[in-house]
Amino acid sequence: MADPKAPRSLTPEEQKRRRKRSLALALTLGGLVLIFYVITIAKLGPGVMQRPM
Amino acid sequence: MSTMSNSLAEPQTESRVTAGLSQGDVSDFFALLKPRVMFLVVFTALVGMVVSHPDVHPVVAFVSLLMIAVGGGASGALNMWWDADIDAIMTRTRKRPIPAGKIQPGEALAFGLTLAFGSVIILGLASNWLAAGLLAFTIFFYVVIYSMWLKRWTPQNIVIGGAAGALPPVVAQAAVTGHVALDSIVLFAIIFMWTPPHFWALALVKSSDYERAGIPMLPNVAGPDATRFQILAYTVLLAPLGMAPVALGFGGLAYAIVSLVGGLGMLALAVQVYRLRKGEPAMRVAQQLFGFSILYLFLLFATLLAEHGFGFFRPVFG
Repeated sequence: MADPKAPRSLTPEEQKRRRKRSLALALTLGGLVLIFYVITIAKLGPGVMQRPM
Repeated sequence: MSTMSNSLAEPQTESRVTAGLSQGDVSDFFALLKPRVMFLVVFTALVGMVVSHPDVHPVVAFVSLLMIAVGGGASGALNMWWDADIDAIMTRTRKRPIPAGKIQPGEALAFGLTLAFGSVIILGLASNWLAAGLLAFTIFFYVVIYSMWLKRWTPQNIVIGGAAGALPPVVAQAAVTGHVALDSIVLFAIIFMWTPPHFWALALVKSSDYERAGIPMLPNVAGPDATRFQILAYTVLLAPLGMAPVALGFGGLAYAIVSLVGGLGMLALAVQVYRLRKGEPAMRVAQQLFGFSILYLFLLFATLLAEHGFGFFRPVFG
């Protein structure tokens, strides 16, 4: 007899929606990385390379 | 909220929500951000930036604008989380993601809080902490002061709550200049004064919807005639206020013409709303005022954008 607490498998429609959510989250995280990178360059300019060794 | 969670529990189990598994589509999460309101936020914030003629890196300005937009979207998501019970009752809002059973209230809350904190912190890091503080205040004001407190308590809800919708130009100016000046405060005042006639015109048309949801909008509490008088009174104040940028020197010739003609248009419609009180013509003219008010505000800000962003500025005096 199947365990009633066992997770059921996703329907194709649910899998499709989950893939789209995962993709959106990945793009958002990638966008955040890009934002922090360009803001650092824009605010520090060439000074980003000048630091005490 | 507790009654909301209970009342929503049943339809959700019957529809697409299964335990622990998010069922929302990306478009449902996007709808939580209230994209049309977000457009207004971005647009008015952009004008707040452009009239300031900032000496700031375009990337900083762009990221600031993006974070103001995300903060506005977060406010929308948190508002939908809190208001899901009344959204389910009103025809205008019952297809929103939470009452439609596409997104669970907890998901909307987490989504809204994440975006709210994220946008404030990134705005602070990208521009300055005055702007970040103002954005945090805007979100707090919209969600806590307006949605949680005023909306279900007083018919003056949208008058006071309108401050949240009027703040984006101020936040934007602070983001690109590091301070708040008179021009963005005037833009704030224009949106603030525009909000009551805009929303009360809608409330006249949708009064039965608000009545059913138990929201004390002015037509339901003070009656349609008192609302018509208030609409006229606020429009009488709004029309000259809309021309204030000309007097202060940051509204040029084109703005003077647009604000004069637009203000007269608003006044003419407000007078019509005040005079026509019965039947279909009364509803039609209220609907017209609602539609025209959107065009009016858009034209005022678009003209400032054209004058300051695209070099169309011609001074009115000298």
